[in-house]
Amino acid sequence: MKDYILKLIDSGKRLDDRKLDEFRKIQIEKEIIQKAEGSARVKIGKTDVIAGVKMELNEPYPDMPDSGILRTEAEFTPIASEDFLPGPPDEDAIELARIVDRGIRESDAIDLEKLCIKEGEKVWGVCVDIRIINHDGNLIDASALAAMAALKTTKIPKIKDDKIEREDFSGKLSLKHIPITISVGKVNSKLIIDPVIQEEKILDCLLTVSTREDGKICAMQKGENPLNVEEINKIIDFAVKKEKDLRKLI
Amino acid sequence: MMKTDEKLIVKGKRLDGRKPMDIRKIKMEVGVIPNANGSAYVEFGGTRAIAAVYGPGEVIPRHLRQDERAILRCYYAMAPFSVSDRKRPGPNRRSTEITKVTRLALEPAIFLDEFPGTGISIYIDIIQADGSTRVTGINAASLALADAGIPMKDLVVGLSGGKIEDTLAIDLNGKEDNYSNADIPIAFIGSTKEITLLQMDGRLDPKEVKEIIKNVLKTGEQVYKKQQEALKNRYKE
Repeated sequence: MKDYILKLIDSGKRLDDRKLDEFRKIQIEKEIIQKAEGSARVKIGKTDVIAGVKMELNEPYPDMPDSGILRTEAEFTPIASEDFLPGPPDEDAIELARIVDRGIRESDAIDLEKLCIKEGEKVWGVCVDIRIINHDGNLIDASALAAMAALKTTKIPKIKDDKIEREDFSGKLSLKHIPITISVGKVNSKLIIDPVIQEEKILDCLLTVSTREDGKICAMQKGENPLNVEEINKIIDFAVKKEKDLRKLI
Repeated sequence: MMKTDEKLIVKGKRLDGRKPMDIRKIKMEVGVIPNANGSAYVEFGGTRAIAAVYGPGEVIPRHLRQDERAILRCYYAMAPFSVSDRKRPGPNRRSTEITKVTRLALEPAIFLDEFPGTGISIYIDIIQADGSTRVTGINAASLALADAGIPMKDLVVGLSGGKIEDTLAIDLNGKEDNYSNADIPIAFIGSTKEITLLQMDGRLDPKEVKEIIKNVLKTGEQVYKKQQEALKNRYKE
């Protein structure tokens, strides 16, 4: 299998007849969970991810007393793959959540200052939770896309007598920027995006890049194995170019 | 990114007196933990890391054992007193991620196939944190691996780069990291400059990202030299 995939990629082809720089079919469904203040389900080929946003009342961090709080977590539950085991989030799930979190946080996507209720005492906590429903590769890009799509649908509940009125909303969550996260894989001398699971297993290396609409890079994370500086530069350019493919979808 | 009224760069000098491309004072010592098979202490200014290597040895639990190579296990931890507000002991989400990226940063340099069926454990303890802790930990771990006599392609060098206000800089300290525009921790294999750790957070133009990576690879040569000296000093006398 490995040699077959390598030979295909070498000749510019993929297992599913895609081009090297082509995403699988992407579907985004919004507001699929009524109990959540924001939600979205993203399918990239057979990869299927749900992101839900819950709004909570929190105490602000002492060093940012007038700022809301962003929290991003992910769980790889065994429904999605034989490779996932029951139990608390493992290092892969934690890493994925932190990559998605950095994309949102560092791009300054959420207007956190608008989420202050009482300075130093009470602010909104925006909790983004990611659940993998089916794993067929490229979980990072799918999760980041689902998280942003969910945040775009998020409404802020009203507060009455210091309690959240879940059914009644005061407005939409205010977003300042939209980060798009693209992971680029290197196979021999070729670069590919959106690998399926069999392709992921044979990648030399994967570098994830989050970009903002103004062209600024806001987060990066390299996976296994080394890359040289020329390869990294090429991947950055590739990711910046391809992010437009996803941006137009959300 | 937080905001501060204080200027972090005044007349081309940073708050600690460094120029943008200066590394903080580095101290490295190899062989600091008698019980370990290899160990090292590394200091970058106020950031202090100790690393110990145990193994190659038996793998417990046994199902993690691999017949054709050694498995590498890595643990990054911060002491409760290493930061201003006490940190609760034990792993958290941040340390879990750093543990993973540290393992991935070191693994490519080690000939794990030399010790099939065994395990090599690397423990990194940050006893004081003042920015760039993960790369300081990687420098210590790399020296500890060499001290343990584990066959390696070469030492792994860690150094971070970033942008403070409008200036590209190297080796951000804690305060600079908190208020900087971006931080890019990097690790690379000393001689080949293959990059084994690359993370970034902040906001930068693609051009600046590339420039910072270039700067880190260049200035990192100084760290690589210090590592080699530290190893030689271990066997002097």
